Amino acid sequence: MLVNQFLILGAVLFCIGVYGVLARRNGVLVLMSIELILNAVNINLVALGSLQGPEAAVAGQVFTLFVVTIAAAEVGVGLAIVLLIYRNRASVDLDEVDLMKG
Amino acid sequence: MPENIAFGILALVATLAALRVVTTRNVVHAALYLVVVLATVGALYVLLAAEFVAAVQILIYIGAILVLFLFGIMLTRPTIGTDTGLDNDQRWIAGVTGLFLLGVLSFVLVDAFGDEQLPDLGGVSREALTAERGTAAVGDAIFSTYLVPFEVVSVLLLAALVGAIVLARRD
Repeated sequence: MLVNQFLILGAVLFCIGVYGVLARRNGVLVLMSIELILNAVNINLVALGSLQGPEAAVAGQVFTLFVVTIAAAEVGVGLAIVLLIYRNRASVDLDEVDLMKG
Repeated sequence: MPENIAFGILALVATLAALRVVTTRNVVHAALYLVVVLATVGALYVLLAAEFVAAVQILIYIGAILVLFLFGIMLTRPTIGTDTGLDNDQRWIAGVTGLFLLGVLSFVLVDAFGDEQLPDLGGVSREALTAERGTAAVGDAIFSTYLVPFEVVSVLLLAALVGAIVLARRD
């Protein structure tokens, strides 16, 4: 297997995630797009680790586990924030959250 | 080349499902398509001989994070169904940005890695594979080389949990 198979699939998922972050205005859907981006990075970590030999493969897997943990924390806090926005404004439309706009 | 066929199927399914995640008009469907993406990515980890990461992917992502997402959808949406207001009006510019980014990334990746092959693990015995990059090796690494980052991550997870509870609590 070519390493580029995995890396380019990672790039595709990453770009789809970037599109989702930019184009969606529902807060929950933006968080889902961020999950796509994190998964793309995880594929890259495991594939590149596997390319460099056993020690790097283990390192890549460990870093992937860290990223999964961070993703779980991020979703927890992110959804709490979205829930607060919903409670205060009765919608999760991120275009309406412009209090800090100058 | 059975592994290449498997990769092709998985990559196709992952890409189509990911596209549906960012284009579907139903929030619950987006979450369910996300399950497909996460499961195929887990299968890709198996293809790369990273079975522990694959198990974690299924357990944490599909088991925990997706349930969190479904709860979030449930709590922020009184009516579950098709919704036209999920995209903002910069969809075209977002599409152009995504395609441009994909072009740049693909060019750089092809330029940097060309047709470099992943090491062929087919000839390695299962015992050797498990010992050098399997679950046991990953566990050893976490609790020796990466012990400090592991503890830091656990404290961070605790802080995030407390923060989420503080934010979401009604008082």
